[in-house]
Amino acid sequence: MNKIIDKKQFSENVFQLTIEAPRIAKNRLAGHFVIVKVGKNGERFPLTIVDSNLKNGTIDLIIQRVGVSSTKLCELNIGEYVDDVVGPLGHETHIENFGTVVAAGGGVGLAPMLPIIRAMKEAGNRVITIIAARSKNLVILEEQIRAASSEVLVMTNDGTYGDKGLVTNGIEKILSQEKVDIVLTIGPAVMMKAVSDLTKTHSIPTVASLNTIMVDGTGMCGACRVSVGGETKFVCVDGPEFDAHKVNFDEMLSRLGAYKEIETEAMQNFKCE
Amino acid sequence: MSEAENIRKARRNETWREDLRKSKSVKDRLLIKRNHMAETAADIRNKSNIEVNKGFTEAQALVEAQRCIDCPTPTCITGCPVEISIPDFVKQIEQGKFIEAAHVIKETSSLAAVCGRVCPQERQCEKECFYTIKLKQEPVAIGNLERFVADYEREKSVPVIPKITKNGMKVAVVGSGPAGLSFAGDMAMRGYEVTVFEALHEIGGVLKYGIPEFRLPNNVIDHEINYLKNLGIVFETNVIVGKTITIDEMTELGFKAVFVGSGAGLPKFMNIPGENLTGVFSANEYLTRINLMGAGREGFDTPIMKGKRIAIIGGGNTAMDAVRTAKRQGAEEAMIVYRRSLEEMPARLEEIRHAQEEGIIFMCLTNPVRYNSDEKGKVNEMIVQKMELGAPDESGRRAFRAIPNSEYSVSVDLVIVSVGVSPNPIIQQSVKGLNISKWGTIEVDEETMESNIPMLFAGGDIVRGGATVILAMGDGKKAAKAMDEKLSAKRC
Repeated sequence: MNKIIDKKQFSENVFQLTIEAPRIAKNRLAGHFVIVKVGKNGERFPLTIVDSNLKNGTIDLIIQRVGVSSTKLCELNIGEYVDDVVGPLGHETHIENFGTVVAAGGGVGLAPMLPIIRAMKEAGNRVITIIAARSKNLVILEEQIRAASSEVLVMTNDGTYGDKGLVTNGIEKILSQEKVDIVLTIGPAVMMKAVSDLTKTHSIPTVASLNTIMVDGTGMCGACRVSVGGETKFVCVDGPEFDAHKVNFDEMLSRLGAYKEIETEAMQNFKCE
Repeated sequence: MSEAENIRKARRNETWREDLRKSKSVKDRLLIKRNHMAETAADIRNKSNIEVNKGFTEAQALVEAQRCIDCPTPTCITGCPVEISIPDFVKQIEQGKFIEAAHVIKETSSLAAVCGRVCPQERQCEKECFYTIKLKQEPVAIGNLERFVADYEREKSVPVIPKITKNGMKVAVVGSGPAGLSFAGDMAMRGYEVTVFEALHEIGGVLKYGIPEFRLPNNVIDHEINYLKNLGIVFETNVIVGKTITIDEMTELGFKAVFVGSGAGLPKFMNIPGENLTGVFSANEYLTRINLMGAGREGFDTPIMKGKRIAIIGGGNTAMDAVRTAKRQGAEEAMIVYRRSLEEMPARLEEIRHAQEEGIIFMCLTNPVRYNSDEKGKVNEMIVQKMELGAPDESGRRAFRAIPNSEYSVSVDLVIVSVGVSPNPIIQQSVKGLNISKWGTIEVDEETMESNIPMLFAGGDIVRGGATVILAMGDGKKAAKAMDEKLSAKRC
C-alpha cells in the first residue's frame, strides 16, 4: 500500500500523483518505470517515473485518464492509497554527451521525457525540447521543461499555442537550422513512428521509449513483446528504450489495440456504475 | 546411519506399529486393490473452476494405508526429493490418526496439500514403492494419501504452531514460489528471522500465477502460507530484489545470508513468422491473466481475449493447464499442437487423461510453421506441418523431423505458446561477479546450493531452468541446511 501525498491536475484528463515509495525513490534513474494496480481486483499497468524526492521518499507519476484502470487511479485523492506500486523497472536511459539532443515529446509523453531532459542536460548536451500537443490546454509541464532544456519549441495541431503543426514539423524546423546528434521521442506510437520515419531519412540516430501493454513488468508474460531489427524483444526487461529505426511500429500499434473493444465496453460499463 | 534413519527405525519399532503390522498379513494387504479418488464429471468441470480431483474419503484412506506393508528399508523415501518419512505417516493413517500423520509430513515438508496435488508421484515416491519395483503392480497411492491428511488437517483442526527459539539472525529470501517457501519454512523452524521478498502482489509464485484453480485451489495455498506466517516469516510483496532493493542493501539491513528462488519465469517463443500478432500469447501471460489477475471474472479489471478455436503449442504440464483453461474460458475447440507423439509428451499422464476426458483435441506429430492474420492484425490461421519420429537420441527421446510438403492450414482465434521458459535475469544482472551458466541459470554447489558469492544461495528453477515444484522444494531444504550450518559455525 502506497500513500498519495500530493495530487495535481494538469488538464482535463491529465493528473500528477506524488506517492510514497521510498525504496523506488532511492533506486530509480531516468527512464525507469513502475507497475501500479488500483484496488484488490485491479489491473496491473505501467507508468514512467517522472521525478522522485529522496528526502520525502516519494515518486511522481503522471497519468492520462483513458480507460477503467487509469480512471480509478486518477480518482484517488490525497491521503488515499494505491494498492500496489512495484519498480523501478526496465533499463535506465543511456545518458552521455552526444552534443545536440532533440527531445520530441507528444502529449503525456512529455512527463517521462522530463527526467531524461534533465539527465541529458546535466551530461553537457544542448537539449532542444519539442512540446507537441493537440491543443494549448493539453500542454503539460511547460515551466519545468523550459527550466530543464536549452531551448523549447511548442507545436500544437490547431495552432492555439506555439507553432501550428505536428512534432515532425518541429523537428524539420530544427534540422534546417542546426546539426542534431540524436533524437529522443516519447509519445503515442503513431507519433513515434512518424518521428522515426523522418529521422531515418536524415540518418539521425533516434531512440524511442515504448509504452506497450504489460502485465507483470518483469519479463514473465511477454505481453509487451515487440520486433526490433527482426528480433523479438520484451519492452519491460530489454527496454523500454530502443533504436527507433529498428522498431516495427506497425506491429506495435496492432498489439496496442488488442483490447480496444473490450476496454471501450468496460469503460462504458464503468461510467454507468 | 543418518539421524533421520535412526528416528525412522525407532518409530518402526514402537509397539503400536508392530501390533499394526501384525494385525493384517502381508498376503492380505497385497490383495487390496488401489483406491482412486472421485473426480468431478468431465462435462461439468470443463465449464467451471471446480477442482477436478475430489480427494480420498476417510474410508478410502484407511483402506489404502493398509496396502503399505511397512517395509523394513522403505525405498519410497529415496524417490522423494524432500525425503518425507512416508511409512511413518501412512501407518498413522492406518491407525486412524490423521492429524498425527499430517505432523509427520510437516517435519520435512511445509507444503503437503500442494505437493499432494501437483507432485509427479508416479515418477518419484510411487515409482520406488515396493509394489512398483517388486510386484509390477499399482503402487500405494502415496500422493493421494498425503493430500488426504493435509486436507483433513486443514479442514478439521486448528494448526499447531511449534514453539521456536529465535536465534536473532536475519536471512532473506528472493521469491515466494515453492523453493522460497520451503527454504523459509525450514529456516524459521531453525530459529532464524526470515523475510521473503516477492516481486508480484501475491504470495505463492508459480503456484498462484501458473497452476490453475481446478488443479490447485488458491485457498489451499493460502492456508499453507498462513501457517508459514504463523511461524513468524515476514512476507513483503511488490519488492524486486535487484531493482527495488539490491543485495548490498540487504546486507545493510542486517540480513546475514540470501536465498534466491526467483524461478524460470521468462517464456520462450519459437521465432516463427506471425508469432507477435495479436491473439498470440505465451502460456505465462494467458495463465497469469486468468489465475493471478482474475481476468474474465465479474468484478476484475484485467481483460482476456476469448475465442472459439484456441490452439496451445507444446506438450508439457503448462500446456495442459493452458488448454484446459482455454476450454473453461468457453473455447469450443481447444487443441494441443505437439511435435512428437502422445507417448513422448512430458506432461503428467493424469493431466493428459483429464484433458482428454474434458474434450481437448490432441494434434500430435504436428508443428506450427507460421501464423496469418485478418485485416486487423489478429491471428486467424495457423499453418502447421506433419512430423515423423526417428530413432531415439542419446537422451533416449526420439528425434523428430518434418515431413516434406505436409503443410496445411488450421483456422484459429487464439494461439497460446507453451514451449518452455528461461530463468529470470534480474538477479544475475544486478549481482556483480555471480557465476552464470550458458543457459542463464545461477551456478551453485550441488551439495550446499551456495553460489560463488559467499552467503548467496539459490535453488529451484533459477538453478534448474524449468523443473517441478517438489524439486524446487528439495533445493530449498538443502540450502536451508547448508546455510544454517555455515551461519552456526560463524556464530561459535
